[in-house]
Amino acid sequence: MINILIVGVGGQGTLLASRVLGSYAALKGLDCKLSEVHGMSQRGGSVVTHVRIGESVGSPLVSEGEADFILAFEQLEALRWSHYLKKSGTVLINNQRILPMPVITGAQSYPDGIFDRLTEESKSYKIIEGLALAAEAGNTKAVNIVMLGVLFRLMGESLDTAREAVKASVPAKFLDVNLKAVTLGYNS
Amino acid sequence: MKKLMLANEAVARGAYEAGVKVVSSYPGTPSTEITEYASKYPEMYTEWAPNEKVAAEVAVGASIAGARAMTCMKHVGLNVAADPIFTAAYTGVNGGLLVVVADDPAMHSSQNEQDSRFYARAAHIPMLEPSDSREAKDFVKLGFEISEKYDTPVFLRLTTRIAHSQSFVETGERDERGLKDYQKDVGKYVMMPAMARGRHLVVESREERLAADANGMRDINRIEMRSKKLGIVCSGAVYTYVKEATDASILKLGMTYPLPMDIIKEFAARVDELMVIEELEPIIETEIKASGIACHGKEIFGRQGEYSVALIREKLYGEVSPKSAHTLPARPPVMCAGCPHRSVFYVINKLKLTVSGDIGCYTLGALAPLSAMDTCVCMGASIGISHGFAKAGAPAAQKMVSVIGDSTFIHSGITGIINAVYNKANITCIILDNSTTGMTGHQQNPATGKTITGEPTAQVDLEALVRACGAGSVRVIDAYDMAEMEKALKEETSKDTVSVIIARRACALLDRRYPPALFIDSEKCRKCKACLKIGCPAIENVGGEIRINPELCVGCGVCKPLCKFGAIQG
Repeated sequence: MINILIVGVGGQGTLLASRVLGSYAALKGLDCKLSEVHGMSQRGGSVVTHVRIGESVGSPLVSEGEADFILAFEQLEALRWSHYLKKSGTVLINNQRILPMPVITGAQSYPDGIFDRLTEESKSYKIIEGLALAAEAGNTKAVNIVMLGVLFRLMGESLDTAREAVKASVPAKFLDVNLKAVTLGYNS
Repeated sequence: MKKLMLANEAVARGAYEAGVKVVSSYPGTPSTEITEYASKYPEMYTEWAPNEKVAAEVAVGASIAGARAMTCMKHVGLNVAADPIFTAAYTGVNGGLLVVVADDPAMHSSQNEQDSRFYARAAHIPMLEPSDSREAKDFVKLGFEISEKYDTPVFLRLTTRIAHSQSFVETGERDERGLKDYQKDVGKYVMMPAMARGRHLVVESREERLAADANGMRDINRIEMRSKKLGIVCSGAVYTYVKEATDASILKLGMTYPLPMDIIKEFAARVDELMVIEELEPIIETEIKASGIACHGKEIFGRQGEYSVALIREKLYGEVSPKSAHTLPARPPVMCAGCPHRSVFYVINKLKLTVSGDIGCYTLGALAPLSAMDTCVCMGASIGISHGFAKAGAPAAQKMVSVIGDSTFIHSGITGIINAVYNKANITCIILDNSTTGMTGHQQNPATGKTITGEPTAQVDLEALVRACGAGSVRVIDAYDMAEMEKALKEETSKDTVSVIIARRACALLDRRYPPALFIDSEKCRKCKACLKIGCPAIENVGGEIRINPELCVGCGVCKPLCKFGAIQG
């Protein structure tokens, strides 16, 4: 069983990312469950999508301390969800900060030293320049797919498989950009 | 073909395969996508109704006419639809009738945490509860069979974790069926006292039959023997948690009303200890106890929120799962950059008005820094509540406004305006007309001029409608125009009549051809932070430096007049 948590800010494309992983499971002939967040919780709020892939999946939710990978599209969200990571797991962090409203209004401050705190907790992490790579692919909105490229490599999958999964999930109109994005992420 | 589907998509697929002809619903998270997916099958007539009550009536009508029909709603929508549904339990059906209701434990996107299972008991309507997308599709088809066999509407209950989880579904062919014959039958379909008394007896005997037959439905009410020390009765998403978290024996209930009491008794006899694990209210537990079988559960798990594998492990075995060690800034949802509601709330906040709010994206106006809302109760309540303030003689009512979205106004705000006019009120209402049903993901509604499939149709003229209701003053303002809004609010709140201000501007997510992002001229910026008071996620304060995030800014320009120094440019 592979447990993946995709975390970020509403609007960053966590849903599409999880659907690519669903297509990946289908390609591999594995069972899969995805659990998503819609509605009120989506509008710029903290969002989390659970992905579980294996021979037979029961609960659609990843438990705390059991995620093999956390795909964090934003730094603060990486820290917020880091307790879901299992000891041997890895957090992939898009090197981007999106300020939450309490920080914008000055009521609270954005935490410093996020990477140091993860190190103190002995969490293995990898920083990804998602925004720059997505821009290179042709659209800054493709950060989600860049991140998946990195994930597929760490999961030991071939670039071909990664590209197939993207092809099976992304509308034709955006396919070129996203294929570039997954490739750039994979090779980063 | 095997396909990964949201349970909501699987419900639509099940309806398609079951030969459903008519689907009528009102959007509501987490149920919305069922009807959206249903609309993709041209074989089914699918529509958005103005509210859940009308939607349920349309489905009841289609059913009596002989078609298989479905209506879908969220838990609070069932409150709105309850009136026709309670009596449809008496009339029974002709073509099968399925009422899909999606509960929201933990309130991801809802104003309360009510348990719809009470409705099954109260209305004497059987209820099915799937545990994943495959079952969601299968139970829709089973629901229609039960509906026609027992001459009853059937509830299909989802929760957020089922509705918004995806799992694999094997699709099948559509069972195309014509209309069943419609026969006029006053004793069955005209529910006035004399006939309804007769039908009440039918309802009671039907329920007795169903309760007895539920014991024969062993494929959906299934005993899975594992350890005999503990037996757990559960259903829905909780079944998947229990199975993973424990080695206990399980009685998985696919039908949670009426309960298969013989199977429960048999299961109780085969285990040392009987426990019920159910989210929200102790409904199954109470019924099992009432039948004289010892069981427990609610005292351990409580009525709040969602359960999980981790929670069950903790409560049963004391295994505490890792908790976050950090105290971090929360990231509440916010109105999007360019949202036309923001400028309206900025003005309301500036004028320090008391605000009765309503249900939609604009409920976010309650949060800092706009902080412009005093109440939010239910769909359409804003207008009645401001009327109540006024009639109570509350001083706050002197400077009060109700705010309601276009879709919510059509849903149940119109009667509030009629009441205010009829009862000589002096209230001001802002209709935030963003030409869509925003929070649930941009559904059409009667004020948008398009049907669920995007076909052009008659468009409700909101100005003419509120005038016809008798509103004494009606004006339309561009929602971005804060100067005009301020002037209008000052004038309208001092008038002695029912005033309606329509703040019109399409949702910023609809037409995404945005002007270029704005930027801050750092030489002109005095760091006064006046621009931060509008609460736009694109305007950031990074260590005292104010900047506009070009990734988020959509160039709406609403922030520009807030800067006295002309530092916001572009």
